[in-house]
Formats: sequence, C-alpha cells, structure tokens
Amino acid sequence: MFHALADATRRDIVECVLLGKSTVSSLARRYPMSFAAVQKHVAVLERAELVTKERRGREQIVRANIAAVRDASTVLDHFESLWRSRMERFGDLLAETVASEPGHPRGAAE
Amino acid sequence: MTVIDVHKDHDTHSMTITAEFDASVADVWQLWADPRLLERWWGPPTYPATFVDHHLTPDGSVTYFMTGPEGDQHHGWWRVTAVAAPHSLEFDDGFADDAGTPNPDMPVTTTKVSLTGHPDGGTRMLITSRFPSLAAMEQLVAMGMEEGLVAAMGQMDALLAA
Repeated sequence: MFHALADATRRDIVECVLLGKSTVSSLARRYPMSFAAVQKHVAVLERAELVTKERRGREQIVRANIAAVRDASTVLDHFESLWRSRMERFGDLLAETVASEPGHPRGAAE
Repeated sequence: MTVIDVHKDHDTHSMTITAEFDASVADVWQLWADPRLLERWWGPPTYPATFVDHHLTPDGSVTYFMTGPEGDQHHGWWRVTAVAAPHSLEFDDGFADDAGTPNPDMPVTTTKVSLTGHPDGGTRMLITSRFPSLAAMEQLVAMGMEEGLVAAMGQMDALLAA
C-alpha cells in the first residue's frame, strides 16, 4: 500500500475517486501524461486494493475501496492526521504573522 | 516540531493534541480569533476553508465552507459554548447543508482549546476533541464527507512520511 501511494499522481487519483467514481479516460485527461501511463498508475492502485476497476462497454470505471482506506487505521487515527496537518499549517502561519509584526527582529530584517 | 504529544482515548472517543509554538499567547490566539487567519489553516490546501460568520462569544455562531478541487462546497458550523480570550475556547463543531443550516443527522464533535504561556515567551496549546460515540466517528468516515475524506487523505500522507 505504501508503494502504491508513494506517488503524487496515484495519491491524487485516490483522492479523486474518493469523491466519486471515475473512468480511466476521464482520469487520463487530468494529468499531463499518456492514457497508458495513467492506466499503469490505476493498475498499481488496483493491486494494492485501494481502488477497484470494472469494465463497462468501452469505459473502465474506477472506484475507491473505502474499506481499505478505512482499514489503514482507526477513525481516531484519521482524526489525528487531520489535526496534525492543521497544526503544521498553524505553526507555519504563526511564524509568518509573528515575523511580520512591526518591531519584531525578523520583521525588521526583511 | 510543533506537535509534542497526541493522546487518543478510544473509550471516551476523544483525542488531545498538544502543540508548542515560539510565539506569545496573544499571537497564537489571533489564529483562532481572526477569521482571515483561521481559514488559512483550518482546511487543507485541496479543501480551503472560507469563514462566513465568526462570533467568538458565548453561544456565538461560526459558519464556514470548504471548497473542493471540483468546486464542490462542504458547509460546517461551530456553536461557541465558552470563551475566555486569549486563553480558552470551547465549541461544538458540526456539518451543515448547502444553505449553511446545521444537519441534525450528522455527528457533532466537541472541541476545547486552551493556551498557556511559558515564562520564556512560548505558548503551549492543548486541543481536545470528543466524538459523541464510536458510531458517530464511523459515520463521518463512511459518509466520505469533508472531515472524514480529508482525514483519510491526511492519513495517507502520514503513512508515507512514516
């Protein structure tokens, strides 16, 4: 699973299909790469059981495997990640606002 | 490292996160009290938040929405239950429909924030969030709505970083 998600495009694909099912061709339009390259990414995610793929006529429907995403950890762990990300942004923003205060040494240096 | 401790209590469906910042209590409080600053950290870059109402007063109302990559909007609300600027804030946090009306079918989490100044000028922030039940937590993720969805993605990043 870690290998499957160790790629920005694949993470984006999972994020995209979590919002609703998609097709390989509509996913392919999202990225500056060939249809075959996107298909390859989807195949990696499929092997990791993070998404499922189903052929319907000429289209390949891609869906998120919600259970696998959930099994990654417990709900509280998801919540922890949410707040850890928030605190990271909080810290960055705070450093920025404090540095821009008049009279602050870092602000004065800029 | 900003976050120095995370304590999860599965029995009470709660989590306490402790963070320390090299800034005064007043500066840290501003990131809650100023809606233009609050919206810069509340939602992730892929789901930026916009705060509409923002009244940090007892029984005050805070409303916001998060905008997804497809332009989809997810509304949320806070009801302030206690506030003592610049040291503490307590609020209920829930989901709303597209008109911003609270959705009674979705779980409400309770959040308590407390800020303590250090003699050296730094600030410690404790945030405790409590879910009403395990079922409520499951519901959030199962519905794939903003917090659950975003949290799931955050979890992936955390797994990758580990």
